[in-house]
Amino acid sequence: MKKSTLRLSAPAKNKIFTYGLVIAAYIILRILISGGAVNASLQGMLVPICAYVVMALSLNLTVGILGELSLGHAGFMSVGAFSGVVFAIAMQDAIPSAPLRLALSMAVGAAFAALAGVLVGIPVLRLKGDYLAIVTLAFGEIIKSLINNMYIGIDDAGMHFKLLEAPALTGGKMIIKGPMGISSIAKLSSFTAGFILVLIALFVILNLIQSRSGRAIMALRDNRIAAESVGIGVTKYKLMAFVTSAALAGSAGTLYAMNYTTIVANKFDFNTSILILVFVVLGGLGNMWGSIIAATALTILPEALRQFSDYRMLVYAIVLILVMLATNNPTIKGFFGKLFHKRPAGEEGAAQ
Amino acid sequence: MKKVLCLLLAVLMAAGCFAGCASKTDTPAPADSATPPANNATPDAAPDADAAPAGGAFKLGGTGPLTGGAAIYGNAAKQGAEIAVEEINAMGGIQFDLRYEDDVHDAEKAVNAYNTLKDWGMQISLGSVTSKPCEATSAETFNDRIFSLTPSASSTAVIEGKDNQFQMCFMDPNQGSASAQYIADQKLGSKIAIIYKNDDVYSVGIYETFKTKSAELGLEIVSETTFADGADTDFSVQLTDAQKNGADLLFLPMYYQPASLILAQAKAMDFTPKYFGVDGMDGILTMEGFDATLAEGVMLLTPFNADATDDKTVNFVTKYQEKYGEVPNQFAADAYDCVYAYKQALEAANADAGMDAATLCDLMISQFTSMTFDGITGEAMTWGTDGAVTKSPKGMVIENGGYAGM
Amino acid sequence: MTFLSYVINGVSLGSIYAIIALGYTMVYGIAKMLNFAHGDVIMVGAYICFYAVSRFALPPLLGIVLAMLVCTVLGVVIERLAYKPLRSAPSLAVLITAIGMSYFLQNMAQLLWTANPKVFPTAAIFGDKTGLGLFGGSLKISYVTIVTIVTCLVIMVGLTLFTRSTKMGKAMRACSEDKGAAQLMGINVNLTISVTFAIGSALAAIAGVLLCSAYPNLVPTTGSMPGIKAFTAAVFGGIGSIPGALLGGLLLGVIEIFARAYISTQLSDAIVFAVLIVVLLVKPAGLLGRQVREKV
Repeated sequence: MKKSTLRLSAPAKNKIFTYGLVIAAYIILRILISGGAVNASLQGMLVPICAYVVMALSLNLTVGILGELSLGHAGFMSVGAFSGVVFAIAMQDAIPSAPLRLALSMAVGAAFAALAGVLVGIPVLRLKGDYLAIVTLAFGEIIKSLINNMYIGIDDAGMHFKLLEAPALTGGKMIIKGPMGISSIAKLSSFTAGFILVLIALFVILNLIQSRSGRAIMALRDNRIAAESVGIGVTKYKLMAFVTSAALAGSAGTLYAMNYTTIVANKFDFNTSILILVFVVLGGLGNMWGSIIAATALTILPEALRQFSDYRMLVYAIVLILVMLATNNPTIKGFFGKLFHKRPAGEEGAAQ
Repeated sequence: MKKVLCLLLAVLMAAGCFAGCASKTDTPAPADSATPPANNATPDAAPDADAAPAGGAFKLGGTGPLTGGAAIYGNAAKQGAEIAVEEINAMGGIQFDLRYEDDVHDAEKAVNAYNTLKDWGMQISLGSVTSKPCEATSAETFNDRIFSLTPSASSTAVIEGKDNQFQMCFMDPNQGSASAQYIADQKLGSKIAIIYKNDDVYSVGIYETFKTKSAELGLEIVSETTFADGADTDFSVQLTDAQKNGADLLFLPMYYQPASLILAQAKAMDFTPKYFGVDGMDGILTMEGFDATLAEGVMLLTPFNADATDDKTVNFVTKYQEKYGEVPNQFAADAYDCVYAYKQALEAANADAGMDAATLCDLMISQFTSMTFDGITGEAMTWGTDGAVTKSPKGMVIENGGYAGM
Repeated sequence: MTFLSYVINGVSLGSIYAIIALGYTMVYGIAKMLNFAHGDVIMVGAYICFYAVSRFALPPLLGIVLAMLVCTVLGVVIERLAYKPLRSAPSLAVLITAIGMSYFLQNMAQLLWTANPKVFPTAAIFGDKTGLGLFGGSLKISYVTIVTIVTCLVIMVGLTLFTRSTKMGKAMRACSEDKGAAQLMGINVNLTISVTFAIGSALAAIAGVLLCSAYPNLVPTTGSMPGIKAFTAAVFGGIGSIPGALLGGLLLGVIEIFARAYISTQLSDAIVFAVLIVVLLVKPAGLLGRQVREKV
């Protein structure tokens, strides 16, 4: 985790390339969809792919740029999903325009997730390494457990909130029904909304990285003590990265939840956190466009493997292991290194 | 950057290589597992091989958890439907082409699986096996005007406000109130304890209506405790609470797997109340290695009984056992009934496989709301316009390792 | 009396976590990796024992030994094929590979043994008597609990002696301190790590048998949740510390049962994790973990 794969030598090039990649993908897909060349299966995956891309980007900020392993990122997604959807349902009549309601819901989702990020971040960021990782896992599980037991209803008197049991309502309706989650969500998410969110996430993250604060954050990652000694405030910068990451995850959660009619807290469990971590590690720590490609490829992969029927998830597991082995194999790395860069190979391997 | 490029190539190569070998051999090659069990190698090929009808086959699709923690339910439904399709295709007449896709008990994956089925050209649907994923797919089938009859997704939200969504199983609320009614009528217990799974729509749904109905009927509930995913093995606290409060009847609205543990742990602590279960309890006797004496005297309301002696059930159970080496549970039976209900409705509507999904959808809506169907999970079933089924559950009690009527 | 019975329930649950945590902590201490596939090795061990005892009617002891053998081989093979090539890779790459391995084992188990739950033959292993009555039978300790606790203690003492006084054990400790230096001192690092995995996996088999004896329900995902809880327990006690794993496991079990009994059955997991967070904030390296000083 100590190394940087981000090449600061050509940040502008990298930035343009990343934006270009996303915009080109969007335009090509739009053309293909209007030409009827994209099947329902892929079309149905576009919104979750966007949500996972934003999740991967935001986690990459924590893991790749800040250098702290988080195993509870799905918790922030959950907070964003539930708060955003509750807002959307409560404002159904007040805001008739669907795109505006979606945008505001995402903002609300991001705000609540950011708040959760602050609450989690302050204790968590005091710890180090694997202990920090396990505490983020613990927070993820706590968030899951709390939302699983949260009941929110709405009636003429306003919002009612209660833990463990449903509040008494006079008329009105329940929005979050504890472990049964939210049902009958209006599907507001669209591919365009997802695309815009990805661009926003990229904009926020890339600008943060290249700002003064971003350099401070990376300095903390590379050598905390040295960074502290030149007067970089540990808590401030760590929290900045962590909360930004949580907020983006929250808006991705809203986007994701609004794409399905129903959402339950159990969806955002440890396995989802791990899934997103896999995107980040496969894409390369600190490498934003790597995260985009890895999230896309690994979301499509299990669907593309449907022809294996019973062997599908087995094949997925094998592919995952083989890819990890291959990307970390010095010979293969060296081979590709020579191929693409005509430079002495093993530079990255030696960094460890 | 190198790393990503190399990773990308690796993924592409891996995917390409897998896609390549898959297109050559359509049935999955079982070569990579040392001893492939017989029941996994055959089922996918079977319907395809049989389906060579003159007038084409109806494309019937469904999603269910075929892998992961809930895989028992998905696989049971899939296998039950497969048996029905085989039988019907062998009869001539209406032909089905069945395809089940894995949804891992997850709404997102269920919608993905549904879209895959749509690309395949599904005309009529078996919905999803479990409730939450089915809520997600039912919104899709409603929008796309594809008729759907789910074997086992029992929550109300599945059919609410959707004219083309039908259920083969009881709705959760019906089960809860029927159970309370039954307990009150038969005076089975005076102090009732309930253990339910609080992150499961099925369990919570039954619990809530049971509680409301009990209050109406004046049944006393002395202990209510819960468990959840990941903490579903140790029931000592819940059982101690029930025992402490002097419960004489334990109501278990849950599936049979945790129930089997509750029975064993209650016995270990010398707590012997009467037990009352719901249809999810069915299957407990088929668990390999289960000590049937533990379940002695357990009462349950279930529409399906694998020990029934009528011809239809015997035929189904025998075939299922021959093919999959296990006794079918109610998921399998419900799915089996679904396919037969479709057969009856399609025949009555004179539908042919050339029709598109929307046409079939309208035909099926009018058929299902007007027809009466006899299956292995109930006689004289009817459906309301809301899509809920009316059938009478049978009260069963487990005696000498088998079911007996109550 | 209810309180005492909750304590006993907690200890019995905790001793299962402890025995799994011992395996985690061994592997973490030496290989410095979170072996997320550990829970699934447990599941494999339980299946092997189930088939040996229930299907082939072998004597239970032979079943357990067989399960240990299979798991040992499995553990070593996994280490050689999946983890060894990543020895010099970043720790996250190894973590992801371990997760891939965990998916692989679960799906393989489902294909081989189907998803239908199997009931573990506890009675065949422990006899028909369920437990020991205390205070005239008003309090009961099951034999499984007693055996689990005793096994746990024996393993803990055994492992402590092994790492303290045998040559291989010392080699393990050396590897745990500094792999490079250990290699220079003539220690075969690869062999040492393989042996660690062999021991860890054999322990997993025992844990699997005990886990399924206490909660006799066996499905391909049986190992995953106890795996995560045990991992938490290991961190709780200070990961890498052998007595810490035992202490962490027992505490976790007792806290979980108390939370369920006295606070809320719904929120028990949240409470367990909240306690974990508080402990780590006060003692950042776990209860018995070694605080490593940072060198500048």
